[in-house]
Amino acid sequence: MTAQVIKRQNASSFPGDAAGAQVAALCWHCGALLDSKSTQTGFCCGGCEAAFGIVQKLGLTTYYRKRVLDPKLHPPKPEPGPGTEDFSAFVATDPDGSHRIHLMVEGLHCAACVWLIETALAQQPNVTAARINMTTRRLVLGWAGAPERVNELTGLVSSLGYRVVPYDPAQLSRAMSARDRELLLAMAVAGFAAGNVMLLSISVWAGFGEGMGPVTRELLYWFSALIALPAIAYAGWPFFRSALGALAHGRANMDVPISLAVIIAAGMSVYETATGGRYAYFDAAVTLLFFLLIGRYLDSRARSLARSAGERLVALTATAATVEEPSGARRLLPPASLKSGMIVIAAPGQRIAIDGRIREGTSDVDTSLITGETIPARVQPGSRVFAGTLNLTGMLRIEVSGAGEATLLAEIVRLMEAAEQGRAHYVALADKVARAYVPAVHGLAAATFLVWFFALGAPWQASLLNAVAVLIVTCPCALALAVPVVQVVASGRLLRRGILLKSATALERLSDIDTVVFDKTGTLTEGTPVLHPDPAIPRSALMAAAGLAGASAHPLARALHRAVPQAKTPAGVIEVPGFGLKLITARGDLRLGSRRWCGVAEVPDAGGEGPELWFVEPGAPPIRFRFFDAPRSDAAEVVAALMRSGIAVEMLSGDRRETAGEVARNVGIQRFAAECAPAGKTARLQALAASGRRAMMVGDGLNDAPALAAAHVSMSPSAAADISRNAADVVFQGAALSPVLETIGVARGAQRLVKQNFALALLYNAVTVPLAMAGFMTPLVAAIAMSSSSLLVTGNALRLARRRISWT
Amino acid sequence: MDVILYLIPAALFLGLLGLAAFLWALKSGQFEDLDGAARRILFDDDTPDGAPPEK
Repeated sequence: MTAQVIKRQNASSFPGDAAGAQVAALCWHCGALLDSKSTQTGFCCGGCEAAFGIVQKLGLTTYYRKRVLDPKLHPPKPEPGPGTEDFSAFVATDPDGSHRIHLMVEGLHCAACVWLIETALAQQPNVTAARINMTTRRLVLGWAGAPERVNELTGLVSSLGYRVVPYDPAQLSRAMSARDRELLLAMAVAGFAAGNVMLLSISVWAGFGEGMGPVTRELLYWFSALIALPAIAYAGWPFFRSALGALAHGRANMDVPISLAVIIAAGMSVYETATGGRYAYFDAAVTLLFFLLIGRYLDSRARSLARSAGERLVALTATAATVEEPSGARRLLPPASLKSGMIVIAAPGQRIAIDGRIREGTSDVDTSLITGETIPARVQPGSRVFAGTLNLTGMLRIEVSGAGEATLLAEIVRLMEAAEQGRAHYVALADKVARAYVPAVHGLAAATFLVWFFALGAPWQASLLNAVAVLIVTCPCALALAVPVVQVVASGRLLRRGILLKSATALERLSDIDTVVFDKTGTLTEGTPVLHPDPAIPRSALMAAAGLAGASAHPLARALHRAVPQAKTPAGVIEVPGFGLKLITARGDLRLGSRRWCGVAEVPDAGGEGPELWFVEPGAPPIRFRFFDAPRSDAAEVVAALMRSGIAVEMLSGDRRETAGEVARNVGIQRFAAECAPAGKTARLQALAASGRRAMMVGDGLNDAPALAAAHVSMSPSAAADISRNAADVVFQGAALSPVLETIGVARGAQRLVKQNFALALLYNAVTVPLAMAGFMTPLVAAIAMSSSSLLVTGNALRLARRRISWT
Repeated sequence: MDVILYLIPAALFLGLLGLAAFLWALKSGQFEDLDGAARRILFDDDTPDGAPPEK
């Protein structure tokens, strides 16, 4: 009872409490700024009001107190319109009769969001499991009863303002990939061995001064061997495998000298111990592995985090299709089992899962994913539609002409894979160094042996010992850390700015670009139409039109309604798919829609190009609303900054010449190409590459994916189509374009540091190699030299974390 | 100095125990969601709205 009362008090006092007074101008649910009209209700839209109601009813208003909204992410604002996607095709049923579904949750801001979703789901009857992994943003939901309840449960999550998309857990990599896991295990084993061997080694070094007897020393060496040899065999495997792979292809990479140094150091130490020698290098071999594994693991971890964030999914193919059988019965089928000739029904608001031709129905289809075009296309019987497009307004019956591998979508993926092949033979700087380094070091070691054995007449054991010391001391620890340490620091710095690095060599490739190619829609621009303010339009007509527009999911209608959100949508608005909206009143019809729908005669155009809506009221002249796609707020600055630093900037667009030209002028780009098909964009990038330019592509549409893959290096905003995020080397979040500058700046800084690190490592070798060749190397000297050079290289890399990046 | 004959194995055994504990934690998925686990403790599962549990 007590809890009951407190709950109600909390909830009712909520919109009026002290904290509330300060933030009165924000929507209670999604935190959006409110205009003067909606301040009274406290909500920006009906969806948020409903969401707040649900949270209150479940008694979870703590959520609002504890959450921290991230302005860079999509606010938890429920999507308007019918959100009736059917997920039942993705439900897995356990042998005990309970059901499970794996979902990706988008829009998680903080732990409170996780708590809200988990608790709200757990309060539903028969829900057995609801657990979100915050790192990967994945939700596992389990329940007992009917499998169809999945839509009710996911509907609850979407009405709270979070988007969920089902995925197949077998297809997506786990948060911690098998590789990360292997490296972490190897690191744990190497760390354990390094600590214990070092303990024994220090006793030995101290023993040299204190007069430790040879028997005790030998015993300590045998213990060291007991720890070190199995540890090397296990923890060294990632390096050995990569070295063997490179050698099998007749190449040398950094792992070849690492493997050799470790194996030779261990082998020689065993020989020395068995023959009662003074020096054993077990500690050097194991610490080398440990240091390198730390670098390797951090590097691999940073990139798999970026990948799992980039790999948001398969939303395109995830929707099951409703198939209508000849008998009239309907059933849900996954897209993979559809065949040509089947009839598929696409309801308004659904993504079309197949390529096909329309049999019945008219509608507007949002093709932005395929073409990058913001304005939906009108379709009617006979029109072709493509998988991945979104049906907006009317019910469609589509005859399947291609599904799965035969769709345009699959074609684009193939185009992208073909383009990626061209980039596969990029050689990382570290591997270039390794190619020169390996023969040089082995040559030196051979020379040492020959000089000691022939010229100085030393016995062969002593000569070999000195040659091996050269191999150990040139141990590529600092050299092998030079790149990964900088990578980790750079990707950490970029991650804090919401920029994810997906590819290992992206920084290197970014540092030497001389051309940036932008896509237009969604990259330079925000990708959503905005109403062109026109003072000539009377206020009353604007309100009436916006009210009508509130009833539609068409992007232009949504834009009109967004411009005047306080307009009330009257009841009884009729939407005629493909044409427009109509409201029958006592005075006559109000109409909002295309020029034809409103009965306006085609006149020679006076007011420029671009998307438009017309509105007619009885007894008033028709009114035209124009829309434009606004450039990102800092697009012009970013383009100017790039040009100042001597980088050429181009724009490629799939849009019409006029629209593209206007945007290019607005942001200050001189070179642009309009009406580019995906293959055209790829061709332009290949032409740039052929003329010796190194171009970065920044794009977001599905149609950009092949171009992204063909470019020297590529970036994509995180709102982009899944597939182009997968093709891009770098993914950035947020509404600003400045991450492009930051990324290039950090990449250039990182490349400078990598080169400094290589210089430091070579300098260290220049000092220690002569020592080893002269036969002065002891395990103590080797350990000190190795650790100090590694620390030096790491310290140098850390400078990147705080340094300001200048743009000149 | 004979004491090291059993001190070293004892030390190694303890170290191995630590290693085994870490490997177990890794295998049982303790490192799968580091962010979530750290922040989850800030929320009480059983008392919505911070109300004290009924006596």
